[in-house]
Amino acid sequence: MTSDTTYAPPEDLDARRAMALKVGAVGLVACAFGYGFAPEHFFRSWLIAYLLFLGIALGSMGLLMVQHLSGGAWGVFRRVFEASSRTLPLMAVLFLPIAVGMTSLYPWSHPELVQNDAVLTHKAPYLNSVFFMVRALFYFVGWTTIAWTLSRWSRLQDEGDMSVNIKLQYLSGGGIVFYTLTATFASVDWLMSLNPHWYSTLFGFLFVGGQGLSALAFTIIVSTFLVRRAPMASLFKPSHFHDLGKLSLAFVMLWAYFNFSQFLLIYAANLLEEIPYFIARITHGWQYLAIFLVVFHFAVPFSLLLSRDNKRMPHRLVWVALAILVVRYIDLVMLVSPEFDAAGVNLHMEAGEHEGGFYLHWLDLAAPLAVGGLWAWMFFTQLAQRPLLAFRDPYLRESLETTGGH
Amino acid sequence: MTHAETSPTLHGLMAEFETPTALVAATERARLEGYRNMDAYSPIPIEELSEALGLPRTRLPRLVLGGGILGGLAGYGLQYWSQVIAYPMNVGGRPFHAWPYFIPVTFETTILGAALGAFIGMWALNKLPMPYHPVFNVPAFARASTDRFFLCIETSDPRFDLQATSKFLESLHPLGVSEVAA
Repeated sequence: MTSDTTYAPPEDLDARRAMALKVGAVGLVACAFGYGFAPEHFFRSWLIAYLLFLGIALGSMGLLMVQHLSGGAWGVFRRVFEASSRTLPLMAVLFLPIAVGMTSLYPWSHPELVQNDAVLTHKAPYLNSVFFMVRALFYFVGWTTIAWTLSRWSRLQDEGDMSVNIKLQYLSGGGIVFYTLTATFASVDWLMSLNPHWYSTLFGFLFVGGQGLSALAFTIIVSTFLVRRAPMASLFKPSHFHDLGKLSLAFVMLWAYFNFSQFLLIYAANLLEEIPYFIARITHGWQYLAIFLVVFHFAVPFSLLLSRDNKRMPHRLVWVALAILVVRYIDLVMLVSPEFDAAGVNLHMEAGEHEGGFYLHWLDLAAPLAVGGLWAWMFFTQLAQRPLLAFRDPYLRESLETTGGH
Repeated sequence: MTHAETSPTLHGLMAEFETPTALVAATERARLEGYRNMDAYSPIPIEELSEALGLPRTRLPRLVLGGGILGGLAGYGLQYWSQVIAYPMNVGGRPFHAWPYFIPVTFETTILGAALGAFIGMWALNKLPMPYHPVFNVPAFARASTDRFFLCIETSDPRFDLQATSKFLESLHPLGVSEVAA
């Protein structure tokens, strides 16, 4: 290892960054246009797209903390995780449309509905507009503080301050607990309370596990971009991609395990409070989306990731990662959209907001462009600010050995 | 290349090394020299060694996959047979073929099948149990399970020649070269 190497980002990163901003701008214009015509649809689509990219940012922060605690050769990707987690301030800003659209999204924000509904009245001390905003503020302050502190200490490490090594581990230990708890609460606030009558204790883990998978898929895509260019071409090895592939396989299985467990328990209990969630998702055309997810969110990536070659060769792994990001998006569509459909016996239907079976609005495609473009712009900006390798990481030498230490 | 001097009672020639690095370097040299029927012995796993020996990739993953698929089919089949054919019972008005209930057991038997595939497959591919192996005829080989590293070029190798191979092994600066009785 030589200290004269700067590990500066490749030159064409700026072009990607500019392109991301353009895509984001086009998406924003489309969204503004869509908001004028169908504000209800705009808020739903924005929520879906927002949660996908928030998942990449938060999942990256979670994986970064796991990496600080566990070590392992995949630490060579630390700068990608750090750059993703530093996009969280932008995600706090992009949350604003959800706050504005609260009454379009969440039935509990309608006082007249709450009054006439015993369950909602009971839940009102938690599910009310003010506390919803206070919690969101608390999450973002906490997440941003952790992400920026981890990044700041990482920079001090680059400058030669080795006293931060142990501090990074301590903060990661506490930070993982904080992240898991707050992300669980956020999943209740932003997703589960779309249908405030329904509840599932596994939901938070499903949300956090999905974020981990999104973050891994995104990291594979960025790292494949980096490994084709100097200076990382000689540093990222097949064994490093192998690690990312193995972790992705584990997260694909985790997603399937949590989802199936949730389904089996609700199917077995067959309770009136729980079963409408699945009825809404296995009727009126949504069942095809459900089967699609079982096949393409589990069976296909699982089978592809079993192969050693598919995990070790970045040019193959990147296609699996791209496909995973697409199905992560469709999984979020499945969590959100059926709640606004007539098939679901839910409060939106009583409020007269319903579709006739499966639907995909054009805004569902425009919103990811807007959120994704802006997010990617922020990510590339952050990635370019630091050396691409945490070159003073005490475990790095081991990670960079030909076979990759484990 | 003549094989005349190769004694039928000889298994091969064995060189002893002090470090794993020396063993890997020697193995790479032997492979460059054209030797193929050789084996290396080490008290610790050395990742580079399989590559240096030019070993073909293990067939074990396929056996594990096969074991898993068989286990899964057997588990599901057992439940289907008992719940639907042999002893159908109405539980809470659910269909006899209530597949979500079958999944946990199917999952477990898949794991069991895969684990058995790995366990039995590993023994079979390693040709275990093997009560006799000629390398143990070399007294120094006792240290192969503690702190010494060995490379054995076998007489079955087409390029094996007692004098030439012995000379080649000596050129690698081993601690010693011994003949391995078959």
